[in-house]
Amino acid sequence: MPAENDRMGNGSVETHEESQEEASVATSDDHLADLYKKMALIRTFEEATQRGFRQGKIGGYLHVYIGQEAVATGFIDAYKEGDKVITAYRDHAFPLLLGSDPKETMAELYGKRTGLAKGKGGSMHLFDIERGFYGGWGIVGGHVPIGVGMGYALRYNETDQICQLYLGDGAVNIGPFHEAANLAGLWGRDGMNATLFIVENNQYGMGTSVARSTAMTDLSAKFNAYGIENEKVDGMDLEAVLECAHRVTEQVRETGKPYAVEAITYRTAPHGAADFFEKYRTKDEVKKWRERDPIGLLEHKLLERGTLDEDRIEEIKDEMKETIDEVTTFAEESEEPPIEELYTDVYAGEDEYMGEEE
Amino acid sequence: MPEKTYREALREAMSEEMERDDSVVLMGEDIGVYGGTQLVTDGLLDRFGPNRVIDTPISEDGFTGTAVGMAMMGMRPIVEMMTMNFSFLAVDQIVNHAPKVRYFSGGQVEVPLVIRGPNGGGVQLSAQHTHSLESFYGQFPGLKVVAPVTPHDVKGMMLTAIRDPNPVVFLEAGALYGTKGEVPEGDYTVLFGKARIAREGDDVTLISYGRQVNLCLQVADKLNDEDDIKAEVIDLRSLRPFDEETIIESVKKTHRAVAVQEQWRYFGVASEVTAIIQDKAFDYLDAPVKRVSGAEVPGPYARNLELAAFPSEEQVAEAARQVLYLEVV
Repeated sequence: MPAENDRMGNGSVETHEESQEEASVATSDDHLADLYKKMALIRTFEEATQRGFRQGKIGGYLHVYIGQEAVATGFIDAYKEGDKVITAYRDHAFPLLLGSDPKETMAELYGKRTGLAKGKGGSMHLFDIERGFYGGWGIVGGHVPIGVGMGYALRYNETDQICQLYLGDGAVNIGPFHEAANLAGLWGRDGMNATLFIVENNQYGMGTSVARSTAMTDLSAKFNAYGIENEKVDGMDLEAVLECAHRVTEQVRETGKPYAVEAITYRTAPHGAADFFEKYRTKDEVKKWRERDPIGLLEHKLLERGTLDEDRIEEIKDEMKETIDEVTTFAEESEEPPIEELYTDVYAGEDEYMGEEE
Repeated sequence: MPEKTYREALREAMSEEMERDDSVVLMGEDIGVYGGTQLVTDGLLDRFGPNRVIDTPISEDGFTGTAVGMAMMGMRPIVEMMTMNFSFLAVDQIVNHAPKVRYFSGGQVEVPLVIRGPNGGGVQLSAQHTHSLESFYGQFPGLKVVAPVTPHDVKGMMLTAIRDPNPVVFLEAGALYGTKGEVPEGDYTVLFGKARIAREGDDVTLISYGRQVNLCLQVADKLNDEDDIKAEVIDLRSLRPFDEETIIESVKKTHRAVAVQEQWRYFGVASEVTAIIQDKAFDYLDAPVKRVSGAEVPGPYARNLELAAFPSEEQVAEAARQVLYLEVV
């Protein structure tokens, strides 16, 4: 096991034997090569969304996951059937990792009827509940209590499933985060909260750095206030994330107590597609983090170990490009939602719509 | 039929449904050990245990949000706001999460959630604890909003609310928990979107909801006794969905209408009522529709000021006489 995790962590959880075994299976070189492909798919997908946005084919806001791929890829690797995943609006990677069709995912961004949410949610509101993905939420911090409630329901229904609740560093200063973490800790005392908080600390809430947002910049330690065990992980190093993810998901599954991981990562792309000038960070800083790009780091390791060679890496990149070209073509060629869709899904039950159609 | 208080009827609805359906849970501040500040949930912790009667810390936004998550997982949480005034702290969840997610997920989830608690003023709680939130919550597609006033309706509508697959804002008549009325035993529902004719009459229609219905009934007595005017009183009960038909049918009969609300005049339910009447019964009207509303001030404390801030018998009677051209404006 790589030691980065221990170096960075302040958690006190022992790794028990069984999950250590699972973790070593999870990080076999073949498996890493598979995960490398997944990360490359996310990256290629995101680059295509940036192009689509610049071309005016994707509307609204666009928040890409470039630079953070190892975090979701590592944690979703520990996903088990029945688990739930919820995040904020930087959400494209999650359905891709959970097995949603990339075509339907892209079509949602293009506002097409073939999209995951029939074109009614867009980039910020991807959903695929059959695959455990519960969104895709647009208000910073707002989904945090929702995820904690899901973590309660999973225990109330006597399952061993867990809720992976992703949030950004920008969410840890807002009220609902603190209220929800408090409730999670409280309910967790009785084994009634199977929530795994994953704080993706990408260093900035939009353009405001963590240091300019809070005087207490140790984000995982904030969970101490609520009786929730926590640690940090190097979110750029897939192997470190995998080790952590498999160990802590099993712990939450078994205990019904919440746990929190702060994944140290970096958004190497701008915050949103409208964030052209990046007045809040230096080119040097971005360059420094790019040297630890999660895909680059893994590529380097796999080359060094001989798991992949340069030719195979080029092949994978070409495959991904081809796949995403098909995905984009599908999204572009799909039809817009029929106008009747305006009035559906407002209410569940008999009357989907209560107003007068004007 | 047995007589029960509004409070007992409400408790009966929730506890009977909890017996029938394990997915129903209660959450809120001091609802368990303390029994609820209005004693609505008194005794339920002992019957159903702490996993189903969940005492929460004071954190409306947080616990309401968790209820949204529980509801998305198929549970049926009923969230008590100690007073509806505190629901402002949870507005982000109530208006920007719970009622939207079905739409923006393309119909993938349901949120069977009830947000309930005392609404309106009348018991000298002053400015921050005196709000009538019908039109505020009534604005948002995806929410349902009801305001029952009788013990019969509060039980029947709570059962409907719990079984509804959508988020329901359940506004209780805060000043009336102790009022008694006939309440059937067992399971019955009062469906949403159907107003109640609280009293029949041919001369003028008084349209209201919540505790102002009782005021309108008193005014109807007074008009009958003093001027032999037969007022029809409509209790809207449900604001979203809204029963236009009952209003229109009544106005077609009486040709005159007064809308009465405790909340402030502008942008309120009474404005909606008058707009609907002019749109759909204009040719039947013999006089402009009048509104009687609360004074445009924050809720005052002193009893005399508080009484002056809410619609009075005199104001409603005067408005009724005006639309009957019995008093000069």
